[in-house]
Amino acid sequence: MPEPILELQQVSVHFRRGRVLLRAVEDISFQLGLGDVLCLVGESGSGKTTLGKVVAGLLRPTVGVVRYRGQDVWRLDSGAFRRFRRAVQIVHQDPYASLNPIRTVVDTLVPPLLHHRIARNRSDAIERAARLLELVDLVPPEQFLPKYPHQLSGGQRQRVSIARALTVQPELIVADEATSMVDVSIRVSLLNTLRRLREELGVAFLFITHDLAMAKYFAWQGRIAVLYLGRVVELGPTPSVIGDPLHPYTQALLAALPEPDPDLTRRKSKLLLRSLDIPSLAHLPSGCPFHPRCLRFVSGLCDVERPSLRFVDAHRSVACHVVVQERAAGDLPPSSQEAATRRADERMPFERG
Amino acid sequence: MIDVQRPSCQPLLSVRDLVVQYQGASGAVQAVRGVSFDLASDESLALIGESGCGKTTLGLALLGLLPKAARIMGGQILYRTRDGRVVDVVRLSDAELRRFRWQECAMVFQGALNAFNPVLKIWDQVVDTARAHGFRDRTRIREQCERLLRLVQLDPTRVLDSYPHELSGGMRQRVMIALSLLLEPRLVIYDEPTTALDILTQRAIIEVLRSLRQELGFAMVFISHDLPLAAELADRVATMYAGRIVELADVRNLFYRPRHPYTRGLLLAVPPVSGPLTTVVSIPGSPPSLASLPAGCSFAPRCEFATDRCRREEPTLSTVAPGHWSACHHWSAVSLDRWMERLGGASHA
Amino acid sequence: MSAEAVVVRHRRYPLRQLAAWLRDLLRHDKVGFLGVLGILFFVGLALFGPIVVPEPGKPDVTKIYQPPSLEHPLGTDYEGRDVLAQVLRGGRSLIVVAVLAALLSTVIAITFGALAAYLGGTVDSLTGLVTDVILTIPQFPLLVVLSAFVKLDRPWLLAVLIGLLSWPTLLRAVRAQVLSLKEREYVEAARALGLSTFHILFREILPNMAPYIVMSFTIGVTSAIYAQVGLYFLGLAPLAGENWGIMLNLAWVRGAIFFKDSVLYILSPILAIALLQLSLVTAARSLEGLFNPRLRES
Repeated sequence: MPEPILELQQVSVHFRRGRVLLRAVEDISFQLGLGDVLCLVGESGSGKTTLGKVVAGLLRPTVGVVRYRGQDVWRLDSGAFRRFRRAVQIVHQDPYASLNPIRTVVDTLVPPLLHHRIARNRSDAIERAARLLELVDLVPPEQFLPKYPHQLSGGQRQRVSIARALTVQPELIVADEATSMVDVSIRVSLLNTLRRLREELGVAFLFITHDLAMAKYFAWQGRIAVLYLGRVVELGPTPSVIGDPLHPYTQALLAALPEPDPDLTRRKSKLLLRSLDIPSLAHLPSGCPFHPRCLRFVSGLCDVERPSLRFVDAHRSVACHVVVQERAAGDLPPSSQEAATRRADERMPFERG
Repeated sequence: MIDVQRPSCQPLLSVRDLVVQYQGASGAVQAVRGVSFDLASDESLALIGESGCGKTTLGLALLGLLPKAARIMGGQILYRTRDGRVVDVVRLSDAELRRFRWQECAMVFQGALNAFNPVLKIWDQVVDTARAHGFRDRTRIREQCERLLRLVQLDPTRVLDSYPHELSGGMRQRVMIALSLLLEPRLVIYDEPTTALDILTQRAIIEVLRSLRQELGFAMVFISHDLPLAAELADRVATMYAGRIVELADVRNLFYRPRHPYTRGLLLAVPPVSGPLTTVVSIPGSPPSLASLPAGCSFAPRCEFATDRCRREEPTLSTVAPGHWSACHHWSAVSLDRWMERLGGASHA
Repeated sequence: MSAEAVVVRHRRYPLRQLAAWLRDLLRHDKVGFLGVLGILFFVGLALFGPIVVPEPGKPDVTKIYQPPSLEHPLGTDYEGRDVLAQVLRGGRSLIVVAVLAALLSTVIAITFGALAAYLGGTVDSLTGLVTDVILTIPQFPLLVVLSAFVKLDRPWLLAVLIGLLSWPTLLRAVRAQVLSLKEREYVEAARALGLSTFHILFREILPNMAPYIVMSFTIGVTSAIYAQVGLYFLGLAPLAGENWGIMLNLAWVRGAIFFKDSVLYILSPILAIALLQLSLVTAARSLEGLFNPRLRES
């Protein structure tokens, strides 16, 4: 395997709120190589945004190491840290907050080009800014350069944010819900632009989203990591995680997800959970953090011992005692989703006719 | 005028040629431009569209809740009350409107946190609301409340004794949904009922809405940008674009046999999660500003089917099949290939 | 056309922007426009008053406390000198000192407030401490006490003293605003782009506070004027030269208050001060339109 651009090694981020310690991100490790796509999927409070900030070098982890090309980024000298800064960029969620309202598009794009001496002078920088706008499908660029953010639509603003990230020729872009606040009809073309950047420029992506449909579409050739309360519960190639989820939480998510297809979606309507209550980060359950909601909960195991992320085959890993044991025993359930549905029928406390 | 009524069914609500206009600093803008539809008393209708298509304005207008800057310029909102009278919501006085809301018709807004008063316990707010509508029997209110909260899978004693901030977002949304039914309205309007909620909570709300409707039998209009939600909950779906309904059909017809290029475009832009990777296509361009609509069909500049006629002449909603209306000159050319294999080329019968 | 040419064509020149703002005020905000005119008038007075307006004449016992006449439209003072000339010439020192003082306090507040908020840690705690200490001392009484030790006979000295005492409130406000602005996503993006702290503070964050800063500056000017007038009125600053504060002091001390004919003599410096303050406040209120690109358009 070629040297990864970025590597996280047992990274944890803890926040102190008053007397309470919030374990926002706990013990996460992964690598990202050139042109890789990794989707972080999780619901609110799963720590996905915090993790994105750690990857982008905006937040120093409490525990663990972030390596850029093999070197611990928080021990780099200033010159090397600058190179790391240039290599990893972030695109935010909110098209209304991610651009400075008083700076025009050209004033947003030119400073980084000059600061990092990518452009020779101001007129070269403007020329490059125009090319970047073309790259993100804002054509003709001359029309957009003198515009203020409020003169652009949400989708166009997101494109300017992407162009701004591209000014410094990054190797990795952290896209934090970058498409979730724009309208449905525009979302896909924005995603296509990102995809093209990956294919043409070889930019790697950490794509953070709560929307599994978008994750599937963007990262079909890549991997998905499912986060729950700050921990990765399942990591694997996108088609297998979505097509055959292993972790009970992933299964519940996929089973619960409404689909844009009336027949399909009305067939799945069962909630594969024991409880709807999401535990607070300040009072995490003992053992597996999912055990109070999990249908496959085994008393004396899941509520005692915290499962670590284990490989179940060459590409996939799961943090679940039950699944790992089953897999080890060769006792493969027919299809995990079906099995879970069956159990749901027996144990679902919410279910009604 | 076209007849958008379902056969053999006396509608609970008939909206006819409704026009709502906002008076802004830079002139008047029509947010709803001639909308007509019927709603049966047991029906669930989804208004689907993107931001700025007028769906929320329409929802507010149905309840006479429009903000001061908005005015109804024309049309009727005919509502059949419990005692069989037909009233036009547009012409109701303020006092009549207050009675109409909650008792006949309730609305649940997006973001339930703001709907509650943060310094009052839920129970006190319930009592206040009920009082405001002339219900003074505390025991009866309590009983009704507990029954509804149990229906939405909440522990009544705990919830009623809590302050809003002590409940999670999903719980508050469920409380809102339960309380909207307190006075047994016959129509409930939900504005983005599941937006900003987690998937699992979303699922719980969907289940709750479905079972509540089964149990209590009320009509539902819900406003959303979320196609999967419509697929899940609606009997019929209306697609809105630039202040108009551009397509209205039974949910399966709309999803499997869309007859308007915009509906088709939306469906192609939202991939299903299960199954293999499907083609996903975006609609070019972006929604027009209501302040400067193009001539002819508003969707024409983004439409692959558009011809000169579309740019000249605005199409009206017309019948393309029984119970299926589309506002497109070229509706017969519109089809959605994605479903062809699944449906085995089934015709529109 | 090349991209650069387009950008140059659309560049917003400050003067052109100012003109557009004034045009906009004239059309939509007449009060604000009057405020701006008022400020221009007083600035003109400060710059040219003592040059254009002749001196109010030599003391002349025969002319003391005269009522308004054609020769002396606002009457004469206790020494028989022309009041109108004194009013027109007496703005300069007050205004210049007030502007200098406000400038000083604004610069201090912005620099340290922004740095404290953005860097946090020790810098923040230290500025916080100094700010709190100065805030707890009542400023005007301190000025009064200081005037006993320092001879406030030079305008710049007065300006520095007032300026050094009046920054803490603004600093706190700037700090709070920067604290909230630095969490904005565009600031985070600028950090990720590796842009310098200087760029982030002075090009991304502070320009967003421009209306607020200019507003605070005008408030600084008003309070510096009051402080000076107070000092002169109490006679704590040397009564050398001519300004509205000194006029008020003399009118009071020399008993002009007992003469019916001297109403305008006493009222005119008060009125001048009030008008100046009013212009500052009304113009400041309309400043938002100059800085917010969204408002600038319509």
